[in-house]
Formats: sequence, C-alpha cells, structure tokens
Amino acid sequence: MNKARRNPVNVFAAHAVLIVYTLIALFPVFVIIVNSFKTRKAIFREPLALPGSDSFSMIGYQTVMKQGDFVLYFQNSMIVTVASLFFILLFGAMAAFALSEYRFRGNTLMGLYLALGIMIPIRIGTVAILELMVQTGLVNTLLALILVYTAQGLPLAVFILSEFMRQVSDDLKNAGRIDGLSEYTIFFRLVLPLVRPAMATVAVFNMIPIWNDLWFPLILAPSEGTKTLTLGSQVFIGQFVTDWNAVLSALSLAILPVLVLYVIFSRQLIRGITSGAVK
Amino acid sequence: MATITLDKVRKVYAGTMEAVKGVSIDIADGEFIVLVGPSGCGKSTLLRMIAGLEEITTGEVKIGERVVNKIDPADRDIAMVFQNYALYPHMTVYNNLAYGLKNRGMPKAEIDKRVKEAARILEIDDYLDRKPRALSGGQRQRVAMGRAIVREPATFLFDEPLSNLDAKLRVQMRVEIKRLQRELGTTSVYVTHDQLEAMTLADRLVVLNKGNIEQIGAPIEVYDRPASTFVASFIGSPAMNLLDVTSDDAGLKLVTGTGLAGAASGLDRGRYTLGVRPEHLEIADGAASGEGLSLEVTVNVLEPVGAESFVYASFADGGPQIVVRVSSHARHQPGEKLYLKAMPQNVHFFDADTGKRID
Repeated sequence: MNKARRNPVNVFAAHAVLIVYTLIALFPVFVIIVNSFKTRKAIFREPLALPGSDSFSMIGYQTVMKQGDFVLYFQNSMIVTVASLFFILLFGAMAAFALSEYRFRGNTLMGLYLALGIMIPIRIGTVAILELMVQTGLVNTLLALILVYTAQGLPLAVFILSEFMRQVSDDLKNAGRIDGLSEYTIFFRLVLPLVRPAMATVAVFNMIPIWNDLWFPLILAPSEGTKTLTLGSQVFIGQFVTDWNAVLSALSLAILPVLVLYVIFSRQLIRGITSGAVK
Repeated sequence: MATITLDKVRKVYAGTMEAVKGVSIDIADGEFIVLVGPSGCGKSTLLRMIAGLEEITTGEVKIGERVVNKIDPADRDIAMVFQNYALYPHMTVYNNLAYGLKNRGMPKAEIDKRVKEAARILEIDDYLDRKPRALSGGQRQRVAMGRAIVREPATFLFDEPLSNLDAKLRVQMRVEIKRLQRELGTTSVYVTHDQLEAMTLADRLVVLNKGNIEQIGAPIEVYDRPASTFVASFIGSPAMNLLDVTSDDAGLKLVTGTGLAGAASGLDRGRYTLGVRPEHLEIADGAASGEGLSLEVTVNVLEPVGAESFVYASFADGGPQIVVRVSSHARHQPGEKLYLKAMPQNVHFFDADTGKRID
C-alpha cells in the first residue's frame, strides 16, 4: 500500500465524489423509509419532509400487517432466497472445483458452456420454463422459484469461483491427498474455507436480484400461498388507487433482511473483490 | 522403512510430450536419494509418480515389495514435503500435524504423543497454537517436515523443500534435514535443481536430463567421473571447462587451431570434448611439457569471491572462455599471460557427438 504522500486536495475530492454518490444512491431508500411513517396526505404534500407530530402515522404498517398474509410472503421470500443461495453456492462451488481441479476431455468447452449463461438472460426462456413447470406440476410451488433462481445464478457462480479455485495451491490439495483425505473432504475442508470471500461475493451478487425479483414469482408462483414479498406488495398498487402508505411500508420492511445479510457478508465481500488485486 | 524400485517408468502427457522416458532406479532401505536436474528434466514428475499424484504411463513403481501403480497416495505409506509448504492455512500448527493422523482414525492420545514428539525434534513446541500465517518461512518449513514425521511413513518425499527460503536458512535447514533423515533412517527421495544441495544431502545422486537418467552415483563419484558433458557441466560450481578438441597424429588441438601439449592419452583420431574442472587447473611457471594437459591463456577478468578467486581467461585465437580457480591472494591482471596445467587423471574426455564419457 502506498501511504507515502497524499495531496489533501485529492483526498478531499475523492471523498466528495464518494459522498455525493452515496447520497444519490441512498436518496430513494431515504424517501421510502421517511414516507412510510407519514399519513397519506403528508406524503403528497411534502414528500421530502421528515415525519412530524401531525404527519406521523403507522397506518401503512398497520395495513400491511392486516391485509394479506404479509408474514407468509416474508417467509416465502426468505425460503426462496436462502435455498437458492445455498444451491447456487453448493453446486457452483462443486462445478468450479471440478473445472479447475480435474483434467478431463471437454473441460474447457464445459467451462465455456457454463459461462454462456452469463450472457443470455434466463428470462428469454420464460415461456419454456413455464411450460416445463406446468408439465412437472411445479407451478405455484416455491421449489419452482428455487430451481429457476439456482439455474440463473449458477453460471456467474461457476465462473467466479473457478477463477478463485485455480489460485488455491495444488500442493495444498496434494498434501491433503497424501494425508488420506477424500476429494470431498479436500473440497469442503481445504478449498471452501480458502475461497470463502469469493463465496460471499457470489452470495451478495445473487441475493439481491433474487430477493427483489417480481417476474418469476408473478409467472410461476402467483398463488396466495406462494407469493413472495415483492409480489405481495403489489396488492397495494391498484389500477386506479394505490395505497402508498402500505406500499412504502412493505418496501421498507423488505429492505431489512437484505440489509442484515449484506452486513454479514460485506466484510468478506470486500476481501473477495480486492483479493488477487492487492497482495 | 522400505526400498523403492522404479522399473522403466515413463510419463507421457497429452499423448505426445514424453516427460519421463523409461527411468529405472533401485533405492535401498534408508537411503537418501537426490533427483537433480534443470527445470523441465522430469524430476518433479518422477517424484509425483512415486507419490501417486501423477499417473504412471508405463512401467512399475514398487515401494517395499508392493507394486503401487494403482494405489492411492494415502495408502502408499509415504509423506511428502512440498516446495511452498502446503500447510493448511486455517488450522493451527498442532492441527496441521494432527490432521492426517486424525483422518486415519488414530486414537487421540497416540496423536498427541506423536505431535509433541515431532514438535520437540523440530523445536516448534512454542508455536503449536499458532496459525501458519503467523510463522516465518523457516518455521513453516519445520511444520511441513513435522507433518511428514508424525506419520512415521516408510518413505519421505521432498519436492524442492528449501527453494523458498533465503540462502542462510537454506544451509541451516539442509543440515537439519540430513541430520533428521540419519536419525530416523527413513528412505528419502529428494528433488532439487540446486547441485550444491544435491551434493551435500545425497547418499546417491540421480542426475536427470530431458526425462532420462544421465548418471546415478555417490556425489563424489559423480563429481569425479561425470558420465556425460551434461553431468560435467551441471555438477560443480563454476561448471567444468569443456573444450571442443580434435585428435590426430600430432596430438590434441582445439577446434579453433591452438595445439594442446600433453594429454593425448592414446585417443583415436577424431573430435572430442575435453573437460577439466576449474579447481584442477594449476598455474605453471612456463609452457610445461610431459604429463598432463597444458594450456596457454590470457586473463580476461579476476573474480574474487572471498575464500578463493576465479580467473576467466581465453585462448589467443579466441575460442571458449575457461575458468580457473586460484587462491584468494592471487593478483592476476587482465591481459596477463598464464600457463595452466592439469594432471592427467583430472582431464576428462567425452564423445563429441553423444557427449558420453570416454575412459
């Protein structure tokens, strides 16, 4: 790290840019959260004002809790996100290990084929996926969503993780082999702990799109019992009337779990992004 | 404790690249064998085949009386020390040593005893609770050795274990490895590209070049009687002087034309490579005649290295530069004429085409 000389003007400029960017990025979140605590009138009168004694209201949260099975939606989203992440990481890491560790015919081709999925959006195949789900009877199940999200996340996961796994020293794995570890033990006990930052990176990259997705829940699992949070929030948006208090409250609640997971992963994430670049 | 037998072991990569070309070696019980050669000579591949980390294309590897070609590394009763230590980074030193044993289902008490014993031998008792990243290079190397020792294997395999250490530590660890191997009496195969390491450690040296064995023998034997120009130039520092010469009725001549007095020891007519080590050349008072080889050269550079100095000199008609070891007090000036001579037993002849030694 170069700590030698830092021009204070440069430091100030860099921080100014970062602060401005942070403000821009956080502004919508700020507006959502602030307005979720206001009365409907106050939202429209002064959207940017903080809730005061006369404008403060929990009506949005009350609506959310009363109407619709919000806890269930929450639970559905949680199940889908966590299960998808689990499978993406598990299968992604295993595939990446195989691709980086074993020499077999078609290794490179297989890697390219898996990477292809990064470039082709899975939504192009929506009709086919829907047909498939109808035929297998998986429509309106959480499993349908988990399968689709796992498929969606795998290409990037394999791509990122195989790069990281290539960096794990061969000698280390060989030492494990001589110590009598099975390939699975080598994978789970030696390699995975070493690529943990990369795993966290993949987890965060995948978590947010899955949590926020509206498309597939709407198409594959729109039933009352399987609605996710994002889909559930849509009930408050009508064709003619929108219950903004409820929408904003639902969105504020939806931010929380992502925030918590992000804080958990973020320390690892930073290491994941910078490792390799900085020794 | 075990013997190791390699029988015409070959390794072919991707159908065409022949990395090891039919190598046969018999390694005695308790022997310290060093495989030495330049990078790409197949020495590491050979070691990895003994370890079972690399498949054997054809041929047979036996450890003890058992053919191990198809046996997993874990079941070959070997332990290996790697160049970059290959310690498990997320485990403490203690667990690094214990993990292999635990994995084999050894009782806790026995593991503890062995780890403590190995730690004592290697003087790493104080670091048992640390993670590898908190250790210095030398300490890590000791832990890597410890992991091999606790297994009490029939064979140690070393894959350039010292090449990541600094020069001073390398000498220290070299002595230590030798002492340890003597104490334990375990058959060892050691790979290095450092000829000095090879000379000092080995009971027997195996010099490899391009996947073939050039010579097998005790270090001093290899040094005294190199089997080929390759061995001659690889073992010894600075390398042996090699001169292209022709022999005819008038005696020996450099191919560039300068005649060489003496040394024509009944060779047939033809072209040869003559070899003489820098330390076997002596500075004579004048153009000597009679026994041995005699050269007349001009000094180019004097290179003092402390305990001794090296004179780089060339012949009047150009030709190859030759190196002479002289005492550290010698004061030869560039341009100075020197007469050199070497005893007949220190002059080697090799076939000009095959590079093989001619006796």
